[in-house]
Amino acid sequence: MPKNNSIKKVIVIGSGPIVIGQAAEFDYAGAQACRILKKEGINVVLVNSNPATIMTDQYLADEIYLEPLSCETIERIIEKERPDGLLAGLGGQTGLTVSMQLCEKGVLDKYGVKLLGTDVNSIKQAEDRELFRNLMLKIGQPCVPSEIAENLDEAVDAAKKIGFPVIVRPAFTLGGSGGGIAESEEDFVKIAKNGLDLSPISQILIEKSIAGWKEIEFETIRDSQGNAIAVCSMENVDPVGVHTGDSIVVAPTLTLSDKEFQMLRSASINMISALNIVGGCNCQFALNPDSFEYAVIEVNPRVSRSSALASKATGYPIAKISTLLSLGYTLDEIQNEITGKTCACFEPALDYVVVKFPKWPFDKFVGSKRELGTQMKATGEVMAIGQCFEEALMKAVRGVEIKMDTLNLNAPCVDDIMLRLKNVDDMRIFTVFEALKSGISPDVINEITKIDLFFINKLKNLADFEKELSDSTFEEKLYLKAKKYGYSDKAIKRITGWESLPDFKYSYKMVDTCAAEFEARTPYFYSCCDKHCEARAFKRSGKPVVMVLGSGPIRIGQGIEFDYSCVHCVWTLRKLGYDVVIVNNNPETVSTDYDTADRLYFEPLTPEDVMNVIEVEKPIGVVVAFGGQTAINLTGYLVEKGVNILGTSAEGIDIAEDREKFDAFLESIGISRPKAVSVNTVEEALIAAKILGFPVLLRPSYVIGGQGMSVARNKEDVKAFMGIILSSGISNSVLVDKYMPGTELEVDCISDGNTVLIPGIMEHVERAGIHSGDSIAVYPPYNLSDAMSNKVVKTSVEIARGLGTKGIVNIQYLVEGGKLYVIEVNPRASRTVPYISKVTGIPMVELASRAMLGESLSDMGYSTGLAEKSKYYAVKVPVFSFEKLYDANSIMGPEMKSTGEVLGIGRTKTEALYKGLTAAGIDVSVIKKKEKGGILISVEDYDYSDAISLAEKFTDLGVTLYATPDTAKAIRERGMDVITAHNVWESDDIYDFIDKGLINYIVYTGAVMDTSVGDFRQLHRKAMSLKIPCMTSIDTALALADVIAACYSQQTTKLINING
Amino acid sequence: MKKRYLILENGEVLEGEAFGAHCETVGELVFTTNMCGYIETLTDPSYCGQIVMQTFPMIGNYGIIPDDFEGKSFVRGYVVREYCCEPSNFRTQKTLDSFLKENGIPGICGIDTRYLTKITREYGVMNATISDSPVADTESIKQYRVCNAVKTVSTKQPILLSSSDKSYNVALIDYGAKKSISEELLKRNCCVTVFPHNVKSETILEGGFDGVMLSNGPGDPSDNTEEIEEISKLFGQIPMFGICLGHQMMAISQGAKTVKMKYGHRGANQPVSDLILNRTYMSSQNHGYAVVGETVHNGTVRFINANDGSCEGIDYENAFSVQFHPEASSGPKDTSFLFDRFINMMKGAENA
Repeated sequence: MPKNNSIKKVIVIGSGPIVIGQAAEFDYAGAQACRILKKEGINVVLVNSNPATIMTDQYLADEIYLEPLSCETIERIIEKERPDGLLAGLGGQTGLTVSMQLCEKGVLDKYGVKLLGTDVNSIKQAEDRELFRNLMLKIGQPCVPSEIAENLDEAVDAAKKIGFPVIVRPAFTLGGSGGGIAESEEDFVKIAKNGLDLSPISQILIEKSIAGWKEIEFETIRDSQGNAIAVCSMENVDPVGVHTGDSIVVAPTLTLSDKEFQMLRSASINMISALNIVGGCNCQFALNPDSFEYAVIEVNPRVSRSSALASKATGYPIAKISTLLSLGYTLDEIQNEITGKTCACFEPALDYVVVKFPKWPFDKFVGSKRELGTQMKATGEVMAIGQCFEEALMKAVRGVEIKMDTLNLNAPCVDDIMLRLKNVDDMRIFTVFEALKSGISPDVINEITKIDLFFINKLKNLADFEKELSDSTFEEKLYLKAKKYGYSDKAIKRITGWESLPDFKYSYKMVDTCAAEFEARTPYFYSCCDKHCEARAFKRSGKPVVMVLGSGPIRIGQGIEFDYSCVHCVWTLRKLGYDVVIVNNNPETVSTDYDTADRLYFEPLTPEDVMNVIEVEKPIGVVVAFGGQTAINLTGYLVEKGVNILGTSAEGIDIAEDREKFDAFLESIGISRPKAVSVNTVEEALIAAKILGFPVLLRPSYVIGGQGMSVARNKEDVKAFMGIILSSGISNSVLVDKYMPGTELEVDCISDGNTVLIPGIMEHVERAGIHSGDSIAVYPPYNLSDAMSNKVVKTSVEIARGLGTKGIVNIQYLVEGGKLYVIEVNPRASRTVPYISKVTGIPMVELASRAMLGESLSDMGYSTGLAEKSKYYAVKVPVFSFEKLYDANSIMGPEMKSTGEVLGIGRTKTEALYKGLTAAGIDVSVIKKKEKGGILISVEDYDYSDAISLAEKFTDLGVTLYATPDTAKAIRERGMDVITAHNVWESDDIYDFIDKGLINYIVYTGAVMDTSVGDFRQLHRKAMSLKIPCMTSIDTALALADVIAACYSQQTTKLINING
Repeated sequence: MKKRYLILENGEVLEGEAFGAHCETVGELVFTTNMCGYIETLTDPSYCGQIVMQTFPMIGNYGIIPDDFEGKSFVRGYVVREYCCEPSNFRTQKTLDSFLKENGIPGICGIDTRYLTKITREYGVMNATISDSPVADTESIKQYRVCNAVKTVSTKQPILLSSSDKSYNVALIDYGAKKSISEELLKRNCCVTVFPHNVKSETILEGGFDGVMLSNGPGDPSDNTEEIEEISKLFGQIPMFGICLGHQMMAISQGAKTVKMKYGHRGANQPVSDLILNRTYMSSQNHGYAVVGETVHNGTVRFINANDGSCEGIDYENAFSVQFHPEASSGPKDTSFLFDRFINMMKGAENA
């Protein structure tokens, strides 16, 4: 069926900020969709609150709204833009849910907007558990025995009827938020209550636990004609019980015979046919390992994290094809781009094995439980391709940046291995490996973990081989086997003690969707140990080759914004006439799409892996500046190997990264920074703190997102924090700075070595001490004198020139007592690049890339200094994922904790802030809606003076103040009314007030150590379940008060089309 | 493991390791892209005379499950990248290695199967030998031909298969039939009599059958002149359904031509389009010869391959045939409704 030509303008809804369960995969899907729509000549209206995305780029859509993804705001955009169709299936659960709301509220009908792709009733049937079960029953697909409950009594009855253990799944939540497995009634009540609270419709599903069954997924696609295919099958190494986002996953399935495989494949096809899906759909099954018994777990009638993985694992672009199908095309009309001659109505054949490994944020939340369950905790993932499972797994492990390059844990654990095997946590695969090495039999391990023997035996191959390796003198055969199993030379040397190794040449094979059955021209490669190399044989254009290094898995501190920069760099270089090669291992991203660069190498970003690609590609230069700390950290090794790093020299990078050299540099150009001393031990740190005077800031070097940084206010703090830093294996020295709570500023400079352009200055709402990634950042600055602004510009120019920056550099400043200090300099693109690029309209990455390759900024039409201000204010608001990491310490500090961000753009700072807070999920209008609002304030004594200003502001707004005894006393002394709420360890006061709905906001400062925040953690959890914002910086709360006072609503803001 | 060599007729030698039976072999080297289903592949009589190579890099993962056998194994050699010696599946009875040994099939592993696939794709199907010596006479490898393939694999005696309560009486002519074909019929209340390849048309026409099923099988369809003659006598007399070789022989009996393909279609992901109902299905395939669509005059090409446009199925008066395998095993079962169509045809339904 040909395209539906009545569709001329389409609104695409993005997925909003990066949170656990919704990461870069939707930018990949959305960007693909936008490109397809534009190619089809359709006018694209894009709504997404996330500024770090590629899809919100001026080239990808015609009208772009960085506005809150709420029904109210989107209705206004529809009213203004009048699209013919809405594409709902590409913005994750967020996009799907808001699209359904628009539909149910009659907005789509009112404006004649057609929902493209899968229709409303089908989505409802797939999403509503009762409707879904009824449909499955009708078509004979088994579901797990389950009941739906809408209150606690119903839930308890249902659980008893089904029998424990049971799994609780709240309806309509992201990444299974609020779910869990209950072994007993006591557990159950807790989990069910939480689940009911978190579900927006107060509905939970209670189902029979089938923990231990195999978890199998099929990524399917169906068109309006009924043609349906299963693009990729996937098998979780971790059996049912661990969220698929937290499981190690292989593709295709490796333990199913054809009978089992076809049974589940047919079930998938039958399900999507019964649901009348048009587009991509993910089908999840549990399969009893001892029979043909299976159960449907769920379907997701949209593209998903799994479909991004499946697309990268097979080379089949699911989002792209889904978009075409939603426009009316059928599968058999679409060509497979990879071969250029076969048809998209086929199922890819793989001739390699894919392993996905999750990236967890536990390094950031040292105190939180590493236990894995039905609630996803990973922030990102890596994918690795190998010719055997062992090789793919080894590549995945060394690529996931957990400081490991084999399956051996760095720090041996003393607890009994048999007990540890029972732990279902992020370390489980390594524990299994250790158990195999210590001689525990695969059967015993299978009994405990329920991991399929196939995988355990594969791990045993590695364990046995490593033993053999460590006992042997050099033998070429063994070395080659080690390479085939995926060991790096560094690991082989460490295990064997062999001093010299042969000069091994890796080969690269192509990912081509068809196992070489047809000729393919896909420039998508992975390494292997075969003799025949397809990358070397690949026909090149003859243009000079430049290599761009990606940023690896999404994690706190290094998110999607780096992929944005990498992709822009690639596009620019291609435009400039280079043959561009990208190396990255994150399957969620646009950078790993097979047609982003001229050639894609899906490889870990480790020194050896990158060098092996360099050996084949022989680039004239390598770009490290856009791949975050992952790429920057490779600089030293590459330079040592004689590789040309484009842009800022390795010396420049080293000066910026090494804090002692950096101090010397600043001194040489006469710029101050907070006084600091470099230390290596607790004792040295205490002496340093005494010299500098408390409070002090402790910061390790060469880390991402301020990992391990903290503010110490006394000796005990110093001892405790140094202990944590030293025990986490950070090897470089720790810097002790004088902590100054001034105003933080941030700039990104683009420099060609001479001309230094500053697109904009950002000012943070929260004072120094809170990581820049967690601060609300305002562009342009709202509180900066012209003199200070000039000083910032002058200093930035000096730093950029002094470091010999060619490309981009990020500088963070502190203004305290009228004096300007430099806090840190990052010789690379920062997370603010996409945000400032979009607001100022200056193509920062493009300019920086061209400068790196020797073009001068003045030739590009720019001169030294601060660019002209944009007509709008833009406010970046961080977004956290504490709903998923429910026991994490959520108090903001120098270590970054947010997973994503949103942008608010407005005519005034307050309007922009209103939009930003709203998009971040903070309800600003709640106090207006209620008769009386309330705020709970509980702060440390050093915050009293600020707390009083806060109390004044809220009192003026007519908000009732609640405060813990000491804080209340301080407020009362200033003559304000305040209700005392006893501390949580003394009484249930606070919880009572919360339960009565009296409290709308909480402000808490104080104990920041993981050990002492227990009470706050509990309070925060409670608040989260009721969507009460908790602020841990008074500055945030002060800004909130201003916004409340301004009385904005989603009806009164100005909708801003940044492409307009 | 012992070294073993795969020598192609063009002289190229690939070194690998030995598994399976300890013997030399020569055969026609073909590749299949199916990612699972190696048990069905190894026991599909259509592979008679061939050395089979799997493009999926890990084979043997779930061991050998006799319930899943499609017939006797006539494979002459087996080429894989990695052989998995520790299978894991609740139905596993033995390893792939022991199966190959029992059936006298030599295997070779540790081969760059992707490279080999590309060679086959570019040069076309070649003969090859699996040997413990890297030296071989390529001329004699070239000489190898699959002879009397159908005769070799077909049953010698008629066999009666029956479901408990039967509505239709089907004669299945066994040119190398996969077990799943008769199973699909039995599932649909058919009494199935399996006849040897050389059964006379009179035997069938006088046997009181409702329909004839022409099975899959190995080799060049045009070699089977006597069988084709019998098929042409059955045409118009009784509803017929042909699969794979059966499809090709039906076409020849009606005046169409077949051609040897460069490297055939073997896998579980071949798209076939139904030109009448405007649908495309995933199909399981295993064939090296194809009917030339342009030569079909007595009958209508109904299915074509969505990739290369080759003929995948023909509708005749009271008969139809498909090149692909609606019985799947291994592969997708998306076209099993064709058996229902056959039943309807036997029922005498209009538009069946």
